[in-house]
Amino acid sequence: MSQETPAIRVSALHKNFKQTQALDGVSLEVEQGAFFGLLGPNGAGKTTLISILAGLTRASSGTASIMGHDVVRDYRQARRALGVVPQELVYDPFFNVRETLRIQSGFFGLKHNDDWIDEIMHHLDLTPHTDKNTQSLSGGMKRRLLVAQALVHKPPVIVLDEPTAGVDVDLRRSLWAFISRLNREGHTILLTTHYLEEAEALCGRIAMLKAGRVVALDETKNLLKLTNEHCAQFRLDAKSIPAKWQNRVVQGVDGTWGFNFSEYADLESLLADLRGAAVRVLEMRLQEPDLEDVFTDIMKRT
Amino acid sequence: MSGLSALFYKELLRFWKVVVQTVVAPVVTALLYLLIFSHVLESHVEVYPGVSYTSFLVPGLVMMSMLQNAFSNSSSSLIQSKMMGSIVFVLLPPLSYLEFFLAYLGASVLRGLVVGAGVLAVTLWFAPLSMPHLGWLLAYALLACGIMGALGILAGVWAEKFDQLAAFQNFLILPLTFLSGVFYSIHSLPAFWQSVSHANPVFYLIDGFRYAFVGQSDTDPWLGLLVSGACFVAISAITLLLLRSGYKLRH
Ligand SMILES: Nc1ncnc2c1ncn2[C@@H]1O[C@H](COP(=O)(O)OP(=O)(O)O)[C@@H](O)[C@H]1O
Ligand SMILES: [Mg+2]
Repeated sequence: MSQETPAIRVSALHKNFKQTQALDGVSLEVEQGAFFGLLGPNGAGKTTLISILAGLTRASSGTASIMGHDVVRDYRQARRALGVVPQELVYDPFFNVRETLRIQSGFFGLKHNDDWIDEIMHHLDLTPHTDKNTQSLSGGMKRRLLVAQALVHKPPVIVLDEPTAGVDVDLRRSLWAFISRLNREGHTILLTTHYLEEAEALCGRIAMLKAGRVVALDETKNLLKLTNEHCAQFRLDAKSIPAKWQNRVVQGVDGTWGFNFSEYADLESLLADLRGAAVRVLEMRLQEPDLEDVFTDIMKRT
Repeated sequence: MSGLSALFYKELLRFWKVVVQTVVAPVVTALLYLLIFSHVLESHVEVYPGVSYTSFLVPGLVMMSMLQNAFSNSSSSLIQSKMMGSIVFVLLPPLSYLEFFLAYLGASVLRGLVVGAGVLAVTLWFAPLSMPHLGWLLAYALLACGIMGALGILAGVWAEKFDQLAAFQNFLILPLTFLSGVFYSIHSLPAFWQSVSHANPVFYLIDGFRYAFVGQSDTDPWLGLLVSGACFVAISAITLLLLRSGYKLRH
């Protein structure tokens, strides 16, 4: 099934705002059912790309489609297939939570949507706030409502633009549980976030954007292989270490020693030399490379 | 429910939730105008033979209230949702630019008509009115609200800040309504200002609307209908073209 139309297809996308080139030839595909991460520093063009998918912004050149529907030419089908949680914490202060969700359903032509609305509200813990005016909701609740609004029409493709920025741990956890469930049920998820450990845990595939260009695009597990910078931290019972190692093993302010290496053989010979010099290792901690290392590395290199 | 009717409903609910501000307040304002002007001028001014000043004034006030409120409905809704960012909720769904236009227009027209009916209801108290030409009344009321509702969409889409919208309102809408013969007949003006008034589309709306009440007017109501109709078509066409292009909404 995923052999067929990609959920999202973006091809040679350029976007210029007066002086800024927000997107400089972005092409990528997200297959149906994927959990896809779009990463990049501030100003990389993530929100611009999402806005073009959503029809909020028009590309200067290039094309974009959702489930095979061109976002400009077949905008009705494209938008019906897409649910977007915007980055900004926006709300309409005239309505309460239920009204907001009913009206949003109405915009998609759905009249009797209360069963589904109740279900979304339940999963996002919005039920106790049904009759509250949107203005009186806390930031976290407003964010949940935004997620709910994006889901009223059960879109096969869900895009979340930094949904966990400034959100407490509880909401992050329950939000990801719900989004992961939707993904298991077949929804395609596209996500941007600054929390790289979230992206590493959730996303099967990741694109990294820098200054409007795709600088990395691969499965998360392959990206993690790109860096083999391991790090070992020691506490030793000596004030100094063999001269041979002095420029590779550095002592931090807290007295621990740090050693960066790419081959485990390096670690072995360090340990052998320490033993030879009768230096005892009191404690040792190994840190495996994570997405943050890869991200930092790629952003520096490109 | 199509997206169009949902948006229309949302816009109605929006002004209905603040009905004191959107309906009651303009009715009270119109009532104050009526009390002051008719008290001061009733015994001094007879614009048309056999028509009291109060009977002359009432249709003008009703029309003025409809114009201002129809404009205000679409323009303030749009500028607010643009400033708040909640306009995205309308831009994300599969609504066409035509549906967008019709929903905001429809709500503006309805707000204008509700306020107009309110003003009429309270002023009836002061001047028993005959309405010899109900057809003209409806035609002019609809056209007036339509023109101003469409103009409000245009202004709301164009304006990026509240003060830009206020400028539009204070330097265009307000002078056009006040200088259109709400409080006087333009025949009482010097020749130069009479011809200037004839270039003001709002003049035709008020003159024609008044004809529906008192059976007398400064110009032929058919001419007014033509001018107003052309005006509505022109403003709607410009607004629709801008909406289709995504002007200021979908950069
Ligand atoms: N409406 C706009 N007008 C002008 N420049 C913009 C606009 N939107 C975004 N930009 C610029 O485009 C670039 C990409 O922004 P954005 O897509 O928001 O990045 P990200 O979401 O990755 O942080 C930035 O340099 C930003 O300043
Ligand atoms: Mg962004």
